[in-house]
Amino acid sequence: MCGRPHIGGMPALPSRPDRWIETRPEGLYVRPGDFYVDPIRPVGRAVITHGHSDHARSGHGAVLATAETARIMAARMGAAAPSTQALAPGVAMAIGPVTVRLVPAGHVLGSAQVVLEHAGCRVVVSGDYKRQADPTCAPFEIVPCDVFVTEATFGLPVFKHPPAEAEIARLLDSLRLFPDRAHLVGVYALGKCQRVMALLRRAGYDRPVYLHGALIALCTLYDELGCDLGSWLPATGAAKADLKGQVVLCPPSALSDLWSRRLPDPLIVAASGWMRIRQRARQRGVELPLVISDHADWPELLATMADTGAGDIWVTHGREEALVFAARQQGRRARALAMVGREEDDAE
Amino acid sequence: MRAFAELMERLVYTPSRNGKLRLLTDYFGRVGDPDRGWALAALTGDLSFNAAKPGLIRALAAQRVAPELFGWSYDFVGDLAETVALIWPEPAVPAAAPGLGEVVTTLAASGRSETPALIERWLDALTATERFALIKLITGGLRVGVSARLAKTAVAAMGGRDVGEVEELWHGLAAPYRELFQWVEGRSGRPVIDDRTAFRPLMLATPLEDGELERLAPADYRAEWKWDGIRVQVAGDGRSRRIYSRTGDEIGQAFPDMLEAITFDAVLDGELLVARDGVVAPFNDLQQRLNRKRVTAKMLADFPAWVRLYDLLAEEGEDLRPLPFDARRSRLDAWFARVAPGRMDLSPMLPFAGWPDLEALRGNARARSIEGIMLKRGDSPYLAGRPKGPWFKWKRGPLTIDTVLLYAQRGHGKRSSYYSDFTFGTWREGQEGWALVPVGKAYFGFTDAELVKLDRWVRAHTVERFGPVRAVAPELVLEVAFDSVHRSSRHKSGVAMRFPRIHRIRWDKPAIEADRLATLESLIEG
Ligand SMILES: [Zn+2]
Ligand SMILES: [Zn+2]
Repeated sequence: MCGRPHIGGMPALPSRPDRWIETRPEGLYVRPGDFYVDPIRPVGRAVITHGHSDHARSGHGAVLATAETARIMAARMGAAAPSTQALAPGVAMAIGPVTVRLVPAGHVLGSAQVVLEHAGCRVVVSGDYKRQADPTCAPFEIVPCDVFVTEATFGLPVFKHPPAEAEIARLLDSLRLFPDRAHLVGVYALGKCQRVMALLRRAGYDRPVYLHGALIALCTLYDELGCDLGSWLPATGAAKADLKGQVVLCPPSALSDLWSRRLPDPLIVAASGWMRIRQRARQRGVELPLVISDHADWPELLATMADTGAGDIWVTHGREEALVFAARQQGRRARALAMVGREEDDAE
Repeated sequence: MRAFAELMERLVYTPSRNGKLRLLTDYFGRVGDPDRGWALAALTGDLSFNAAKPGLIRALAAQRVAPELFGWSYDFVGDLAETVALIWPEPAVPAAAPGLGEVVTTLAASGRSETPALIERWLDALTATERFALIKLITGGLRVGVSARLAKTAVAAMGGRDVGEVEELWHGLAAPYRELFQWVEGRSGRPVIDDRTAFRPLMLATPLEDGELERLAPADYRAEWKWDGIRVQVAGDGRSRRIYSRTGDEIGQAFPDMLEAITFDAVLDGELLVARDGVVAPFNDLQQRLNRKRVTAKMLADFPAWVRLYDLLAEEGEDLRPLPFDARRSRLDAWFARVAPGRMDLSPMLPFAGWPDLEALRGNARARSIEGIMLKRGDSPYLAGRPKGPWFKWKRGPLTIDTVLLYAQRGHGKRSSYYSDFTFGTWREGQEGWALVPVGKAYFGFTDAELVKLDRWVRAHTVERFGPVRAVAPELVLEVAFDSVHRSSRHKSGVAMRFPRIHRIRWDKPAIEADRLATLESLIEG
């Protein structure tokens, strides 16, 4: 580990990060700074990569995150949100002997990689990330490091996400072909929802997008934070006839809910990286599967490991065995951290 | 290839017939020749390759991907063709993608030893969706839930025509069907075909409604048994021999014994049955012969095919369809006496003086292989489709049984938010006392209002969930109607029903009063 060359004199042995970073039941623990990254149980001090509920939990004493993530946590948790200190991207901050920086991860608005430096060694905890462009958040930045901690949600070579714009074009084509049917799109409330809206706008779709009630709070927040989603309306209360041929967004769980009955002859759409697998789409009764993901696909996972130049790869969650195998084929040391508590499927 | 692959993809996921039709007509209208014609042939089953076995596809992928990664991926995806389509590493600069027509003509023109290199080159040039369509096409596994008839209906709809018109031409045409598309698009006249054994669209009967009989004059009508087999059209011209299903699909391949009997120059309408020395076997026996690609000598011996004739549509090139039924029947009788074809007999006419005679016949018609009575006007010409009036089918009453609802599954499309597929059972005494054993599944027979009530009942009485299926408390009695029941080794209950549908929902009846399996078994015929 930490095999970076040093100049002159006796080499000061860099401290091995597996001695100062531990996996505990609460999550990834940075011992010299006495804090966790994305802990799944309440802890004293936490650094949070992004606002998804499997990474940002309530009940912590103090939280460090980007300003956007802090706003998202407040919007999701209300009074239960922990007190959060905002750290601007790229700005270094010392926590004990550890230097911490947050660097954009390209996953959702506010998402960040956590760059940890201690005793001559740099560890990047990437949280969830993607490399594909996303109009609703800052792009992923490569940080050269010794240890790269990566997710592996789509860690199999069958996962290759097509350009999201091409998938949006398929949705628009379906609206042309079925102008009498509401197109009900299942999207995750944070990130996917707003990305789909922004992509629709870029494709020239200018009608209002109708939203399930569970999506409204975060879209309001995105609006406040200056992310242009175009015009949207609550689906609840809209006349059935007015929803013909419109795009209606809802959480994936509402696709087969009683809720969908208010729509005129709904055509079930889902936007998720899992839609690449036919069986997944069929199980959910999806008529138009769109492969749009906020996670890195297989080629991106492989390219990112190489781009960081990390000699060590730690895999947090997803299909670890294949990614560990591929990292070793690249000539890197690799291991799975066996982190628990990350949602794998619907949270995508 | 892109438009074809996208069409296949959408068809697979689109449950409704109208949705499929719209996708098909849009595709045929947008895509040019010859690609759309090859796509049509692929959908109607007139284009089938066995250019590659799944093993070859897997071997090609193994050259590109580490076996560990392939194994984990295959485990996750669960389907070989899909795994290969998804995992295929895409070159940084893809080659020019082939069109569907190019794939079809190149494959047809190349030898077996050349196909692996061809397939590899194409896989390098295509996207994942296209690769999947290609693999399914060349391994002969293209199944998208579209019948040949539906594909033809879509073509006919492009020109506002009836599917019967396309079916009548079909066997005189060949892929890629340029003249067919030109005709439906109004750019040329109807294609001229000369084929005595071409399919003639069938004349179908309408069900006899309650009270309708009193309005009909008995003297105008002729009566025959309605046979419980498969409606077929048998056509020969001395050289070619054909057996068509009611939708014009050729099914002769599965019935070589019948084909052999077509030694004449005539087109006949009749019922395909399994019969031993003229004695008709239960429908279950016929089922052993349906949908078989290969027919073994044992199957031919155990389940010999037979056709019971009831109409003569053409004789030695003369079209008899404009003649009245009575005249056609006389011609049929004379023809049969003269030709004496093997493996065929005549469906007898049922003499009757008035409706009460027929009513009695129908009431006693519990014999195997009789579904009811056909009524045909003596002066009716043979018309394609289902004209109302000249022909009626008067089915014998359905059988019914009281069952208990056991499982409900969410439906598809419009019904995807409703529990609309119902599995029901009857009582059987086992080692641990009386228990309910599933005997069938029904997903129609109820009104929309009843569906809403059933759905609500299922949600309120769920005891367990498995994916889209819910097990419910065994408390609701469903009266199920069905046409017949036969033995089945594939079902746990040992029986299988034909056309089960929900007849009545017995909200009032306690589950303990539902029927026993033994009651159902006693209704098995033959
Ligand atoms: Zn996330
Ligand atoms: Zn995550």
